[in-house]
Amino acid sequence: MKKRLLTLLVVTLTCVAAISAQGRRGLRINEVMIANDSTSVVDDFGKYSAWVELFNSTFGPLEISSVFLTNDRNNNTLYPVPLGDVNTEIPARQHILFWADGEPNKGTFHMNFTFTPGEDNYVAIYDANGLSLIDEIVIPGSLKPGQSYARKVDGEGGTGNADAWEIRDGSDAMYITPSSNNIIKSTNSKVDMFAEQDARGGGMAVMAMCIVFTALLVLAICFNIINKIGANISRKRKIKALAEGEEVEDHHKEQDSGEVIAAIAAALAEHLDAHDRENTVLTINKVRRAYSPWSSKIYGLRELPRR
Amino acid sequence: MSFSDFIMQNLQEFWHLTGFYNATWEHMVMLVVGLFFIWLAIKKNFEPMLLVPIGFGILIGNIPFNTTAGLEIGIYEEGSVLNILYNGVSAGWYPPLIFLGIGAMTDFSALIANPKLMLIGAAAQFGIFGAYMVALLLGFAPDQAGAIAIIGGADGPTAIFLSSKLAPNLMGAIAVSAYSYMALVPVIQPPLMRLFTTKKERLIKMKPARAVSQNEKIIFPIVGMILTCFVVPSGIPLLGMLFFGNLLRECGVTNRLAKTASNALTDIVTILLGMTVGASTQASEFLTGDTIRIFLLGFMAFIIASASGVLFVKLFNLVLPKSKKINPLIGNAGVSAVPMSARISNNLGLEYDPSNYLLMHAMGPNVAGVIGSAVAAGVLLGFLA
Repeated sequence: MKKRLLTLLVVTLTCVAAISAQGRRGLRINEVMIANDSTSVVDDFGKYSAWVELFNSTFGPLEISSVFLTNDRNNNTLYPVPLGDVNTEIPARQHILFWADGEPNKGTFHMNFTFTPGEDNYVAIYDANGLSLIDEIVIPGSLKPGQSYARKVDGEGGTGNADAWEIRDGSDAMYITPSSNNIIKSTNSKVDMFAEQDARGGGMAVMAMCIVFTALLVLAICFNIINKIGANISRKRKIKALAEGEEVEDHHKEQDSGEVIAAIAAALAEHLDAHDRENTVLTINKVRRAYSPWSSKIYGLRELPRR
Repeated sequence: MSFSDFIMQNLQEFWHLTGFYNATWEHMVMLVVGLFFIWLAIKKNFEPMLLVPIGFGILIGNIPFNTTAGLEIGIYEEGSVLNILYNGVSAGWYPPLIFLGIGAMTDFSALIANPKLMLIGAAAQFGIFGAYMVALLLGFAPDQAGAIAIIGGADGPTAIFLSSKLAPNLMGAIAVSAYSYMALVPVIQPPLMRLFTTKKERLIKMKPARAVSQNEKIIFPIVGMILTCFVVPSGIPLLGMLFFGNLLRECGVTNRLAKTASNALTDIVTILLGMTVGASTQASEFLTGDTIRIFLLGFMAFIIASASGVLFVKLFNLVLPKSKKINPLIGNAGVSAVPMSARISNNLGLEYDPSNYLLMHAMGPNVAGVIGSAVAAGVLLGFLA
């Protein structure tokens, strides 16, 4: 019994750990500024510091306390995100900003390391065990003050893939977006596409009807096949039973439809006055009728009106 | 301040909080609409299970009050009791619960015995996409048009689910419109069915459906869920719950769960859903030009859906052997107003031939319509969300 309980506990803990790990793997480094030259965002203390934006690429909230941020390849556990701060939960598809100012005493979001402008800088996130890499990126040394290094599309492009990143200089085309989406969408692109390409809705009607028909046609075909398999199985059973000389009850004769059976039953009831056993059986139950106007259901408040 | 001034000031403040002070003509119109719904339900017996909660919800939602007083009583005020109950509609979790109940109530035997009837359920969904095209013509954006068009599926929970995702601002009008037309199925469908069928077609007698084994009934929800959700994963909330409810019913070992899902749970959710949908029709949100257009589009969607079901059967009959012809009177049942539209097929069939019972045949396309409208909602959600 104890062994079973222990196994169950281990399985449960493994599942919980797996689910948790799966969620945290959705955490992404999304945008980094190495040298904040007073054209970008300012921290709570009025200082222009380097920053790292993390993005929750999953569709559920993500609690990131106890994960590690580092800029040192030889030290995976350089800055642990502190426990006990409600703000370390990132809502679905949202962001959080960490300051690389080397002043962790200023609060949860101030890390204990800084970046070196003019050189390649490395930044990585490790899971709570300090071993599992979640995401990493090398920020090129060519990044000038006031420029950021950002994913082209929020959270997309995998881990350490420089092709998915670009340098942003703050111009209208290459805007810098701390704590915001790297691609700012004011409308739903799918809706815009339908409005532009299918203004009359004919395309939608054709596509959607094809899908609806396909779904139900596949289901119909599938059940036709199941019907045939079922009929085959019952026929084989019947043949086998006949071969063994057993009496076979055929429940599936076509003429034994519900209507026919109902008609036969009605005719029997009407002409033969045939009953089951109920006319010959006496049932004696003690019936208590402790009548009082106070307990009568006739006058009770719970009685429902009848139409 | 004298004592009498104190009394007068407080009474005056109280007067400003009352419905009499805050009433506008829009509130009065909505109260009359609510009373009309209750009258339809009680006196005309039109979908009373839905129209009584919706009608009374309209009354609740349109009692005038001072919206600037921060009383936390309005359905749109964060944290109010009505707002908490309304979360099931706005976040879309009442409809899947209703679908669980529908699944636990529905016998899919007619469909399993005659799988080709599923195609009628698919054809009737053309009402949705016909209405979508007209809604675009009237100037609605594609996502709004999709939310409105789903009224043609004649499936209240699906309409609420989809509109809560695609056009939350139009949800009240769409829900009320969908349920109103479902209640009016006995009025809308028979003239159309007569219009599109000949007397000879109405007399077609269909072979009785074969008996379906319990194994087939158990396989149906499992295979049905997997196949339909593989095609349209966005339909999982509705289709998953529908087939899950049906498995509870058919597997034979979860009778208690099936009974709860089909009775108590469905009743509770229907009460909450109906009442909150009704209450969401606050005059300021509801009495707009869009609402009138939504009602017109919904009516049109219903007509197209019913007609396309009937016409599809006529078309289908062209390729079917004489012994397997389908009575086009069951085509209307492709819209998913279960079991109302199937009953109409039966009644109309009996009107022309008192020995022609079409109920069980019509239940096939009827439940296929439920699946079809959930699939259509999934398609719209997948394309436009």
